[in-house]
Amino acid sequence: MSDAISHALDAHHDDHHGPAKGFKRWLFTTNHKDIGTLYLTFSLVMLFVGGFMALLVRTELFEPGTAFLNPEQFNQMTTMHGLIMVFGVIMPAMAGLANWMVPLMIGAPDMALPRLNNWSFWLLPFAFSMLLSTMLMSGPAPDFGWTFYAPLSTTYGPKSTDFFIFSIHMMGVSSIMAALNIVVTIFNMRCPGMTWMKMPIFVWSWLVTAFLLLAVMPVLAGCVTMMLMDRHFGTSFFNAAGGGDPVLFQHVFWFFGHPEVYILILPGFGVISTVIPTFAHKKLFGYTSMVYATVMIAVLGFVVWMHHMFVTGAPYGAQLFFMYATMLVAVPTGIKVFNWVATIFRGSITFETPMLFALGFLVMFTLGGFSGLMLALVPSDYQYRDSYFVVAHFHYVLVSGSLFTILAAIYYWLPKWTGRMYSERLGQWHFWLSVIGMNMTFLPMHFLGLAGMPRRIPDYALQFTDFNQVCTIGAFIFGLGQLIFLYIVIKECFSKRAPDLRDQVWEGAIGLEWTLPSPPPYHTFAVIPHV
Amino acid sequence: MYHRVSRLLLLLSASLTAASVYATPGINMPYGVTPISQQIYNLHMAAFWICCAIGVPTFGVLFYSLFKFRRSKGAVAAHFHEHIGIEIMWTVIPTLILVALAIPATIVLKNMHDTDESQLTIKITGFQWRWRYEYLDQGIAFFSNLSTPQAQINGLAPKDKWFLLEVDNPVVVPVNTKVRLLVTSDDVIHDWWVPELGVKQDAIPGFINENWVKITTPGVYRGQCGELCGVNHAFMPIVVEAVSQADFNKWVVAHQKVIPAATTQNTIIDTTQAPAALPATAS
Repeated sequence: MSDAISHALDAHHDDHHGPAKGFKRWLFTTNHKDIGTLYLTFSLVMLFVGGFMALLVRTELFEPGTAFLNPEQFNQMTTMHGLIMVFGVIMPAMAGLANWMVPLMIGAPDMALPRLNNWSFWLLPFAFSMLLSTMLMSGPAPDFGWTFYAPLSTTYGPKSTDFFIFSIHMMGVSSIMAALNIVVTIFNMRCPGMTWMKMPIFVWSWLVTAFLLLAVMPVLAGCVTMMLMDRHFGTSFFNAAGGGDPVLFQHVFWFFGHPEVYILILPGFGVISTVIPTFAHKKLFGYTSMVYATVMIAVLGFVVWMHHMFVTGAPYGAQLFFMYATMLVAVPTGIKVFNWVATIFRGSITFETPMLFALGFLVMFTLGGFSGLMLALVPSDYQYRDSYFVVAHFHYVLVSGSLFTILAAIYYWLPKWTGRMYSERLGQWHFWLSVIGMNMTFLPMHFLGLAGMPRRIPDYALQFTDFNQVCTIGAFIFGLGQLIFLYIVIKECFSKRAPDLRDQVWEGAIGLEWTLPSPPPYHTFAVIPHV
Repeated sequence: MYHRVSRLLLLLSASLTAASVYATPGINMPYGVTPISQQIYNLHMAAFWICCAIGVPTFGVLFYSLFKFRRSKGAVAAHFHEHIGIEIMWTVIPTLILVALAIPATIVLKNMHDTDESQLTIKITGFQWRWRYEYLDQGIAFFSNLSTPQAQINGLAPKDKWFLLEVDNPVVVPVNTKVRLLVTSDDVIHDWWVPELGVKQDAIPGFINENWVKITTPGVYRGQCGELCGVNHAFMPIVVEAVSQADFNKWVVAHQKVIPAATTQNTIIDTTQAPAALPATAS
């Protein structure tokens, strides 16, 4: 045992103990960098699977009338698109960033539980194989929306629903174990001198996110287990005829679901808080209030779930409480936005691609926040809810929110990971196609929702045609932009060019990761740093 | 000055309302024909303008900074990274704005819940994939099915003006009458939504949800199911016809003749029910 420790601390051995060769390396790795790469690669593949489904949906919606997807197939596409993007793209990508960067940022040699880390990742391809295989089964794949309300998903759900439930269980276990790993690592393995308030803000954001995951993923597990019980074991949790309550499903689901959306965005906030100071060449404004705001958003996120259920027949008092609590979240979120703007104000700004995506996020996520504030007002929410206004809102906060932060992070850290700089010109093409495509796709959806177009419909009344066509064209432009990103990533990761970047890739960057070579050695911080 | 501004806003918002006008894509919520729809519209516009009022200075400072403090133009970064005064200000002011928005929202919501003294009650039941309406005191009950022909949906016939927004048996109500709606479902969760009436309510099996409308202008108002309920979720629209009290009375008498005044679902002989015209189903 002590041999292993002195072995690991002996920097001389680094050169001789590189990674294993071939696919066994990736199957059995316990190295946080490799596992981070696995998560990110998986997420990128899923981005194109989910994106392809979105384009099928948008193509069908180009004109009223049935084009090539019948309503049953359409419902499966929208359901799978949502599940894949939420559980297969955003969450694994954020986990990949955590795996790569948290140990480097806190000066730790690896995550606290490296083998658990491997299992956390490898659950995912199997979970998604099960989920995607439902499309090949006889009978429909899940077709009840990514929110899978009962009794549509229980009493009336297709046979594939049970496979869906099991794949959700697997994804949940993966997330819980990963979150556990992150919490333990951050609590126990910060290098000497790195007190809580000296921790990089990205690490803070993942710490808070990990607690959210630990709290709510078990609730999702409970929810889908109750579904399984209702379907096969004669219970009536959500079946009114048996004395149960369909609305209970919504309570349990959204108790998970609302913190889930903060899980999807908080690490992204940490990324933006890292990228903007670097390229404004100015320290983050209000680090302390950023930390408190993050915690406040997470805590408030637990008491707002019923804002997804305002029209279910809730009593007046309950609606009031949830309206006020939901509106309150705007305060810490606004603090964050103002802090980012204040960081930029009187900085010395350069516009490399990571900064472009961070700026795109800043403007468009804020727009998504405004539509969120409008949605919080219960009377108006009666009109917005289940319309395209909601679809517009959550795509603004998830695509130009979460996804843009992930893209910013990859452009920011990929040069560190590979030692090679990506093509700035291609990065800019990617950015502008993404911004133009994204706005073309989702801005008109606000108008469609206000004009009365419901969501999750394969076919619509004639007055919605023009905007739907704009949305579809925008979606294809956005998709095209992501192909550029794919090209950039593949090019840099598989390039035969020798790494030529210095440690301090970006002049304004601060943090322990920028003291390491680009790319960093397979094992880092064998000698513990001090800050 | 305040009066002029609010009238200007009203004119502006009136020009933005599109009462489901065919071929003109609406870009805003309809002002609508009920007191609630109008209160909701005003709240919505107030929230919208407040968001603009917050967004303009925020983005203004941002874009100004991106222009003015470019390194390429020689900007040198300042060194501040906190300012207690400003931070307090941008915490307190948004909180006050939120309170200002919450007050009218609270009041409008109270009005929405007030079903007292209604003069007519209609029970609305969602089915896969049609609505059933029962005028409990008049002894009338009927199904309301989508009446757009399948050929139009499949692109084999040109689509008519009210494609997917037309039914065989509309709901008929008298104007200026407070109508109580009791909403439930027979199978999965549906949702009864008519934008111009400012009303939406989930139809949940095993529950009866209560809501109300009072339509001030005669006309035809169309809506759709607002909760994913299976394959034909898009194909179970709602049509409400608001007519004069006299016309409503005639309609009641005519429908009562067709259907005996039985009160239980099982004994009502519903000759107005056409076989549900179900569009494309799973193969």
